[in-house]
Amino acid sequence: MVPVGNPKSDSMTEKTDVLQGTLALMALKTLDVLGPLHGYGIARRIEQISGDLLAVNQGTLYPVLLKLEQEGAISSEWGASENNRRARFYRLTRLGRKLLETETRDWEQTAAIIARFFAVKAEDLT
Amino acid sequence: MRFLRRFLARLKNFATGRRDDKRLREEMEEHLARQTEENLRAGMNVEEARRQAVMKFGGVGTVREDYHAEQGLPFFENLLQDSRFAIRMLAKSPGFTAIAVLTMALGIGATTAIFSLVDATLLHPLPYPHPEELVRIEDDLPGAGATDAGISIPEFKDLQRSGIFQYVVLEIFGSANLTGVSQPSRMQYEGVSPAYFAMLGVKPELGQTFDPQDQTPGFTLDVVISDGLWKRAFGSDPHIVGRSLRGDNDLYRVIGVMPPGFRDPGRTVGERNTEQWAALNFPDDPAQGPGRSLRLPLETVGRLKPGLTVAAAQSHLDALVASLREQFPGDYPADSKWTVRLVPLKENLVGNVRQSLILLLGAVGLVLLIGCVNVANLLLARASARSREMAVRQALGAARNRLVRQLLTESLLLSLLGGVAGLAIVFCMKGFLLRLIPESLPRLNDLSINWTVMLIALAASIAAGLIFGLAPAKQAGRLDLTTTLRTEGRGSKGSTEQTRTRRVLVVTEFALSLVLMVAAGLLLRSFWDLYKAPLGFNPQHVMSVQLWLPSPNDPKTDIYGTAAQEAVFARELLRRSRLLPGVQEAALGAEPSIPLRHDGNRSALIVEGRQTQGKQPPLVERSQVTPEYFHLLEIPVLRGRLFNDGDNENAPQVAVINQAMAETYWRGEDPLGKRLKLGPGRAGVGQSPSKSWITIVGVIADARTESLADASVPLIYLSLYQETPKELAIFLRGDLNPSAIPEEVRAMVQSVDPELPVYGAQTLNDAVAASLEQRRFSMDIVAAFAVTALLLAALGIYGVISYIVNERTREIGIRLALGAQRGKILAMVLRQGLGLAMAGAALGLVGSVVVSNLMAGLLYGVSPTDLLTFAGVTLMLTAVALAACYIPARRAMRVDPMIALRYE
Repeated sequence: MVPVGNPKSDSMTEKTDVLQGTLALMALKTLDVLGPLHGYGIARRIEQISGDLLAVNQGTLYPVLLKLEQEGAISSEWGASENNRRARFYRLTRLGRKLLETETRDWEQTAAIIARFFAVKAEDLT
Repeated sequence: MRFLRRFLARLKNFATGRRDDKRLREEMEEHLARQTEENLRAGMNVEEARRQAVMKFGGVGTVREDYHAEQGLPFFENLLQDSRFAIRMLAKSPGFTAIAVLTMALGIGATTAIFSLVDATLLHPLPYPHPEELVRIEDDLPGAGATDAGISIPEFKDLQRSGIFQYVVLEIFGSANLTGVSQPSRMQYEGVSPAYFAMLGVKPELGQTFDPQDQTPGFTLDVVISDGLWKRAFGSDPHIVGRSLRGDNDLYRVIGVMPPGFRDPGRTVGERNTEQWAALNFPDDPAQGPGRSLRLPLETVGRLKPGLTVAAAQSHLDALVASLREQFPGDYPADSKWTVRLVPLKENLVGNVRQSLILLLGAVGLVLLIGCVNVANLLLARASARSREMAVRQALGAARNRLVRQLLTESLLLSLLGGVAGLAIVFCMKGFLLRLIPESLPRLNDLSINWTVMLIALAASIAAGLIFGLAPAKQAGRLDLTTTLRTEGRGSKGSTEQTRTRRVLVVTEFALSLVLMVAAGLLLRSFWDLYKAPLGFNPQHVMSVQLWLPSPNDPKTDIYGTAAQEAVFARELLRRSRLLPGVQEAALGAEPSIPLRHDGNRSALIVEGRQTQGKQPPLVERSQVTPEYFHLLEIPVLRGRLFNDGDNENAPQVAVINQAMAETYWRGEDPLGKRLKLGPGRAGVGQSPSKSWITIVGVIADARTESLADASVPLIYLSLYQETPKELAIFLRGDLNPSAIPEEVRAMVQSVDPELPVYGAQTLNDAVAASLEQRRFSMDIVAAFAVTALLLAALGIYGVISYIVNERTREIGIRLALGAQRGKILAMVLRQGLGLAMAGAALGLVGSVVVSNLMAGLLYGVSPTDLLTFAGVTLMLTAVALAACYIPARRAMRVDPMIALRYE
């Protein structure tokens, strides 16, 4: 097989990394709130809540799910969905729950700092 | 922590080669099915629903790639893939691969070989624990012009008590006749203080060594022998401990055997080949032993206290020396300026070969560099042939750095293959290489391909691969896709940048070759001048054979004790020697009279009528010979006479000196009739102080009997019948058979006294050659490298010019079609090649001047900027370049314009 590779320019790679990070968090939160769910369900939920973010390229969720699984944050198994079709169900592990807590805290902290920063006016800085 | 789990999961997948394609496909299919369903419910028709679902999902290919990237270890997977591809590509062009691998093998193999030599000789020459603590202690008397003048016993005891050393040890070297075993032979022995083995920190293989606390004065009867002697003379007898042997007829008892690798860290080959150690001690009471100002011909070696640096120890020692000089002004006269110097043992051992070895390492590094440059050129040529392939790949979406990585993998594969091949060659040729190395190189360790050496080979391969891989890889990464894809055939011009790189590479190659060739040329001339220097004596058809008269400790058993007894023996030997087949002349001399012996054998000189109080006397080389010696070696007498039969043990002592000595000590006067006395120097047995005044009766011409490089060493000869040394040599001149003489002389000597070993038979021509050995070794190797470098450079320029001609075939065809003369085409191509060579030569000349000045210490009789060598080498280089260009130039000349123009 001739090596062809995937031409990604620099800016595109950055965007993908950020997207992956937030996608992982959203997937974890979804599983936390809704309990065990299959891939399609997670995708739909994220789409509903985040609006445009996952309106297209929903397939990018699956590598993210694999990464989370290999990190030990979620576990998966085959199961039967509502209409008795075979689907892979994902579930949050204890490690994943802890991870979610930490990440949520970090996000809130970051958001608070940014908010404070934006609230400061020019005169306050002198 | 998360990262680690993820990494381990990926590693597991990579190792087991698992690709969970099935799971992903099922999940994707499921996802698409649901989305399609939902779209149907929303009102789309079947095809639209499916299409929208697929579009919403995104690029399936991308998802799969990301998934696989997440699953395994993409770095290693790519590496494996690149390697397999590289192997296939290299296998497809076996000729190119063979040349490249061979070039690399030569370069890396040579580098490895020289490095292992440097490793054994310079980096780890001392196989003892904590070798940095071992030092040699030398006494200097700069006021009397004496360095390393020997130590006195009270000084030795002062050193022991000084608190600077863990151990201080005295050593005296000598040879003795080994008898009491199957065949009498000669054996190198060493008398040492009992702490010797404790100082060196080596345990015996069998039995035991000396007790460092032993203070019994005198020589002991217990000896330790080397593994070599145990095998050679005792046939590896397992009951060796307790066996007796006779050294010079004295009885000794073996108490231990040292392990096979153990050698004394002596300065000469003889010292390092010590086979037997005996313990000696001097009495404690200063009144009983030798006095403070009596310097004995002993070596002093010590081990510093742990943690003490040599510099710190030296300053402690200087303080001690200063206080001793104050305490004993009579023994240390102020103008002799007595000092004691510490020399790290390793420095002592390797100091004088360091420069040659560094030169060798530099030379071999240059060769490796040239090899890399050549392979880089080859790769560039290949890369331009593959430029279409690279352009197509990039157009299909390959990332540039992926392609660069793949090309680098190819280069690394080539260089690693070359490295392995080189190591294999060195391994197979190890025996041959070992024999090339002169014995005078201190090699206490055996040459081996150890881990350090292999690591260096690996590092060299990787570095080489990166160096020559970078150029084509970088170039592939900068292709202009549209242009490359559009041009038909193999590209009409190639990028100018690429051609420029190739030219730069060839110029560099030539420059490096020039430097190597100048170095080789200078060394060659030095060697030749030294070789051709007029010897002052005639070594042709002369052989010397050594024998050793024993000096037993019990004078009653000494049959050669008096001069008269030895004179009788000497005359009988001479008489019988003249009867041997082919012998025309015979003479006897003491061992130092053998030319080019490199044994320092000097005595203190006291001239009558010259004031010597308070000063240390100068030292001269001293030897004893029979009257026939000078005629045999064809050394002419300039003034006065040689020895005659009247100079026997009853007549006053006479001496013959050489011109150098006359010039040094009796400049402007006639030395004949002057009288002198000789004191003990750093000599071995038999060089006792002269009893009475010696009169000079003759002056002979200078000859290079002490050193090939220096003809003016002051020498004094005494008559063998008046002063009788124990270590003798028989000189024979005539139509001799070198393979038969040793046996014939042995039989002859042992017919007079069967207990005498006869050894060391050599022709004087061999002795002269042996004294040149180390220089010849350096010269041979550098010359070999220079020739290799030149060949590689010629190959390089051939490649470049060929390539240029190929590229410009169309242009040449057009020119020819338009009426250009073929001769002009030839000239044009040759001019291009010459231009490159000249640029290389100019660069190389600058480099050569720098390098030759660095090498100045190794040259003899030729200046570092010797015009003849530089000019000659440049001419040779130009000739080679022209020759290499000629073939492709001829091809250019013979281009058929019809074919060239039609070829697309």
